[in-house]
Amino acid sequence: MLIEDLLAIAEKERTSRKKTVLRCCMAAGCMSSGSEAVKAALVRAVQDAGLADQVEVQGVGCMRLCCQGPLVAADPAGALYQKVAPADAGALVQAGPDGAVGVQRADPEQPFFRKQVSIVLANSGQIDPERIEAYIAADGYRGLHTVLREMTPKDTVEALIKSGLRGRGGAGYPTGLKWATVAKTPGAQKYVVCNGDEGDPGAFMDRSVLESDPHSVLEGMAIAGYAVGASQGFVYVRAEYPLAIKRLQIAIRQAKQVGLLGSGIFESPFNFNIDIRIGAGAYVCGEETALMASIEGKRGAPRPRPPFPAESGLWNCPTLINNVETFANVAPIVRRGPEWFASIGTAKSKGTKVFALAGKIANTGLIEVAMGTPLRQIVEEMGGGAPDGGQIKAVQTGGPSGGCIPAHALDTPVDYESLRSLGSIMGSGGMIVMDETTRMPEVARFFIEFCMDESCGKCVPCRAGTAQMHRLLDKIVKREANARDLAKLEELCDLVAQTSLCGLGQNAPNPVLSTLRFFRPEYLELLQPEEGAAPEIAAAPR
Amino acid sequence: MARVLRHASGDKRFKILEAHIKKFQGRQDALIEVLHKAQELFGFLEDDLLLFVAYRLKLPPSRVYGVATFYHFFTLKPQGAHTCVVCLGTACYVKGSDRVLAAIEQAAKIRAGETTPDRQLSLLTARCIGACGIAPAVVYDGTVSPRQSPELALEQLKGWLPHAH
Repeated sequence: MLIEDLLAIAEKERTSRKKTVLRCCMAAGCMSSGSEAVKAALVRAVQDAGLADQVEVQGVGCMRLCCQGPLVAADPAGALYQKVAPADAGALVQAGPDGAVGVQRADPEQPFFRKQVSIVLANSGQIDPERIEAYIAADGYRGLHTVLREMTPKDTVEALIKSGLRGRGGAGYPTGLKWATVAKTPGAQKYVVCNGDEGDPGAFMDRSVLESDPHSVLEGMAIAGYAVGASQGFVYVRAEYPLAIKRLQIAIRQAKQVGLLGSGIFESPFNFNIDIRIGAGAYVCGEETALMASIEGKRGAPRPRPPFPAESGLWNCPTLINNVETFANVAPIVRRGPEWFASIGTAKSKGTKVFALAGKIANTGLIEVAMGTPLRQIVEEMGGGAPDGGQIKAVQTGGPSGGCIPAHALDTPVDYESLRSLGSIMGSGGMIVMDETTRMPEVARFFIEFCMDESCGKCVPCRAGTAQMHRLLDKIVKREANARDLAKLEELCDLVAQTSLCGLGQNAPNPVLSTLRFFRPEYLELLQPEEGAAPEIAAAPR
Repeated sequence: MARVLRHASGDKRFKILEAHIKKFQGRQDALIEVLHKAQELFGFLEDDLLLFVAYRLKLPPSRVYGVATFYHFFTLKPQGAHTCVVCLGTACYVKGSDRVLAAIEQAAKIRAGETTPDRQLSLLTARCIGACGIAPAVVYDGTVSPRQSPELALEQLKGWLPHAH
């Protein structure tokens, strides 16, 4: 494969495009609303109308407004249709310049779409994720060519540092620095790992990226491999995401076929292969050392750091681990330059962030916004606020490691530091909106139950501490606790956070602490006077 | 071990599993991949099957058992003819998935994690299936259904339950 071959594929793809293209969302959300049947009906309708030479039907990735699926877009007019049924196919295929008659229109100019800034999701909903040609026609693999032919590994790392990209998996560690550490650690064998174990409940950004644009992740991984000197990559994906796994498999096979993965990529000495590893339903495997244990076929229990994976990771070799969304940012940074990327966002948080909007909000789905966008703009303007005239009470970010941000703090900009100052974290990007019907002590109990179940059991503070916290919260919710129990809960929160081995335990108290901080009266309301309290039960549950 | 291999000899599914193990050149780090395949072929991981995997990957049975019991996805008990997975992720939770689950538990007379005595239905829960945009979601035999209510769920389960409403 040479650059001429790449350009030829792109050119052929562009010229063979028909006059009208109907894009039908084939991501998991729309598919469960019946988009497969819609696509089949569209294909049939094109044939029935004898328009096969003018109209083509494409299955594309996520079009973001999941609550209105199945979604279909018509090019070049740019019309967007929502809640499409197979019966609408005829009207869509034969649509005139004013669009299809009798099919529900969605307004592409509504704030939900207009306020988005697309880097990671640029191809999502635009191209067919099961065809590498479509990705190449969207300038795909040009970034990989640039680094292999025009840049040294050192230049590549420098570019990443200059871009200011920080890890999108939660902690926000500067990506360039991580790459630099792996690059300078000596080792004949190094690995690049993509963390696609998106376990936070309420987060589905990585799933959508893998389903909608798998090649962008592969390209980012290959660039990383070149920068740090690795020849083997692994994508670790949850077993709960079968469609993402299937599309990754297709993407890897196609990339190998055309020589964009394998040996001597772009006629350079660089070799890179990627294998998929499938998770098996353990939340703790999102933690990097646990994830590596899982790739090695072991129980997913974390280990103390240091040594960090950058120095001693998979099979004790230097290993670079980044999240799906982080890798998806890499090729655009190389293609358009680190300066361009650094011009988006805030002083310390560059670029964009994808959020999954869900819960009690009118528009559920995916949004990508510049870092620093106020939460209020996201949930009220773009998300359309609480449905049926309800009041937003809090926004939960960061999953079980995050916290609840109260409505009065909605003017906070979303960046790593601001969210942390509110006792929450950016996390992977799940954003769940709660209205006044949601009771905060119950939310806290929900998350602690989650952490209790998902604790791997290796360290005592997390294994026993979360169980005791759950017991206390359960007592509070059932109005059986008194002020002493609450004090004990707060003490335990501190202990579990300070002494647990990995992020799961260290962050498990966050939902409790943040709801206590902002919604304390709700807890106090449930407390019983001390003398009337139920007798203390010492035994742990389960 | 002879017993396990004799057991294996008459069943074509073991051949498929062996081919899968060969695909990974018998590498021990492929254990989780192999267990995925084994569960796909057999429905659940019974002791003999785990012993077979241990033998073929040259791993101690304790290690294979340890991995099989660590991950929620693997099941060591036979499942019902149909499965129903209620997502209890945060988005589904705030939209009332607990009520959907309670209704199913009541109708099927089993708790989450159990199978009906007639082996028709296994009721499971998930931590988040990433279908938050269409919450609450329930997976019926592998198909995700959006925006479920107790009524919709019971309608769907008609025929899978011994005493359907």
